[in-house]
Parts: sequence; C-alpha cells; structure tokens
Amino acid sequence: MKSFTYERAHSPAEAAAAAARDPGAKFIAGGTNLLDLMKLADRDAGAPDRRQRPGARQDRSRRPTAACASARWCATPISPPITRVRRDYGVLSRALLAGASGQLRNKATTAGNLLQRTRCPYFYDTNQPCNKRQPGSGCAAIGGVQPPACGGRRRARPASRPIRATWR
Amino acid sequence: MNMDKPFAVTRQGLLASGAATVAIVAHGVAQAASAKRNAHSAAVTLKVNGQARDARRSTRGPRSLDALRERLHLTGTKKGCDHGQCGACTVIVDGRRHQLVPDAGGHARGRASITTIEGLGTPEDLHPMQAAFVKHDGYQCGYCTPGQICSAVAVLDEIKAGIPSHVSADLTAQPQLTAAELRERMSGNICRCGAYSNIVDAITEVAGRKA
Repeated sequence: MKSFTYERAHSPAEAAAAAARDPGAKFIAGGTNLLDLMKLADRDAGAPDRRQRPGARQDRSRRPTAACASARWCATPISPPITRVRRDYGVLSRALLAGASGQLRNKATTAGNLLQRTRCPYFYDTNQPCNKRQPGSGCAAIGGVQPPACGGRRRARPASRPIRATWR
Repeated sequence: MNMDKPFAVTRQGLLASGAATVAIVAHGVAQAASAKRNAHSAAVTLKVNGQARDARRSTRGPRSLDALRERLHLTGTKKGCDHGQCGACTVIVDGRRHQLVPDAGGHARGRASITTIEGLGTPEDLHPMQAAFVKHDGYQCGYCTPGQICSAVAVLDEIKAGIPSHVSADLTAQPQLTAAELRERMSGNICRCGAYSNIVDAITEVAGRKA
C-alpha cells in the first residue's frame, strides 16, 4: 500500500483548491472505502491525498435528494426533521438501512461522494477484467465469473453478502 | 490493569530490530531507512477512554487502529479482516460505534472521544455487557469479542434513542427490543466461532436489566 497524507478541508472551495494542487488527490466523504481500495484494486494508483468535503453530509434542505445525502440521517435519534424524512422518504430510508452495517453507516455517507469508486467485487479482483479499472479490458460481471472453490469445484453462485447471513 | 506498560516485543519493534541487524553491515542504508520511516509517520493526539493521549501514528495502513494498538498499547481493539468488514475493530466514537480500520485519521484530531473495550470495564470491574458475555458464553476464541461488546453497548443505546433498523416495521416508531432487531443490528460483527445465539442472549439480558 502506498503512503498518503490526509488533509481536512473546511469548505468545498478549499477542498477543490487543494485537490487542484495535486493531480493524485482523491475526495472522500465518509471515508469508509478508500483505504481498503488502496490495498486492493487501486493499490498501484499512486499516493493520493485524501481531502474531506464536509459540506456533503450537512445538506439539510427538504429536497428528496437531500434525504439520501447521508446515511447518518437514518442513524440519528428521533427528532421532528428526522422523523419527517423517515415518514416521507421511506424507500430511501429503508435503502440506507439495508446497506453495509451499523458501524459503517455511522461513518459513511450515501450518495455523499459521487467520486467514490464502484464496490463491484470484480472491480476489486485484479485477476478479473474490469472496464472501470482498465478501460477496454472487459467486464467479468457479465455472466458472473465464479471463483473456484476447494478441489477445483466452482460455487453455485458468488458469495455476494457473506456478512449478514451469519446472524440469520 | 496497567495498559501503558510497554511490550517486550512488538511487531514494529521486531521489524525495526531486523532492520538494525542489517544496519550493522550497512549503517548508511539504515540511516536512510530511519529517515524514510519518520517521513511516513505523524504526531497526533487521541482522546481515548477519557484521556488525551499523544501518539505517533504511521501514515501507512489503518492509522487510527495502529495508533491505538501499537503506540498506545490498547490492544483490546482487534484488527481482523483489515478491510472494515468483520467488525473486530469496532470502538465507540462520541457515543456511536465505528470501525477503525477504514479510518484514515479523521478521529485522530483530538476532538473525537474514543471508547475502547479497555474503557468500558476492567477485569476487576466488568461492564455489565462484559459480564453478560461471560455468563452466556458469548464467545469462544474471543478475538471478535471486544468489537462485539462495543457494538452491543452502542446497539442498546441506538434502540433506546429510537434509531430504526432494516427490520423495523415502522421507521417512525420506537424500535422493539427483539432477537430479530439485535441480529440485524449486530450483523456488522462477525464471529467465526459462531457464538451468535449466546451473544443475543447476553445482550437481551443486559437490555432487560436496563429496562
């Protein structure tokens, strides 16, 4: 894994200016994904500066998009505005609650960082072709390349959600 | 229990001693390596278990977790999958559970208050959740247990605060304390020994005691 520096910006303009100074800079919002990405698919992508864009998770306007701007909204104790979001934007709220785990939702933003790389397992698996990782190389997700199991046998289907199943 | 006592051997110390062995042969190379090591670390202040602690953390890898474990010797918090998926690194930050592996340094600013398993209880004075885990055999090898307990303590606070989960029937109502709720809320913590049902029993008992 490459070393990096972390810089916290205090405004979107400051973050944009800081990123402009370094072509290798990456934006983070909640910051739940970049470190493991640097260890896997993006590990040879140079030494990115990480800069937080604090405005991303603070949008409290009443537009529907704002309701999904932050997973933290759903992890906030009941209060009039939060209850209104849960009541009026139930599908979005449930979509947020269905993602990741409680610990990660407390840290993550949902749709808060449009520059976040995909979490497709084939993107992470550098043995598989991926157009997002290497444009023109193909897409292993089409048809679903199966990882070989023990003894050369292939699994019936990819283990896509191994975490949550354990508590069922 | 004295958590500040330095280890006789640490992973980084072992690596450093290996480098020193080489340095006897090549002193100049070792000096350059030392300078490079310093270039990849930074001084931070962490507010951990109610105390402000100074630590020099690496700018490589999961920085906040390494700072806790290798600089402050608070090794109760575990590094499991190293990718923020298994929950072993769960601690409580400003009253909410977080995983430290994906953290690049956001908590390492002296502002956030971090509570680790060492801050919840001691061997002489266990936190009620720790005692319940012992009573109900909520572990086998124990590696995931600090993360499970930190998560479980925060889960009960989340239910009390009215935060819904994926299995809550009504997002705007007070969540019920059911096994289904606990299993869903604890799904970010993996136990390879399979102590799940006992963990649910432990959490249920603590919740009942609080109610």
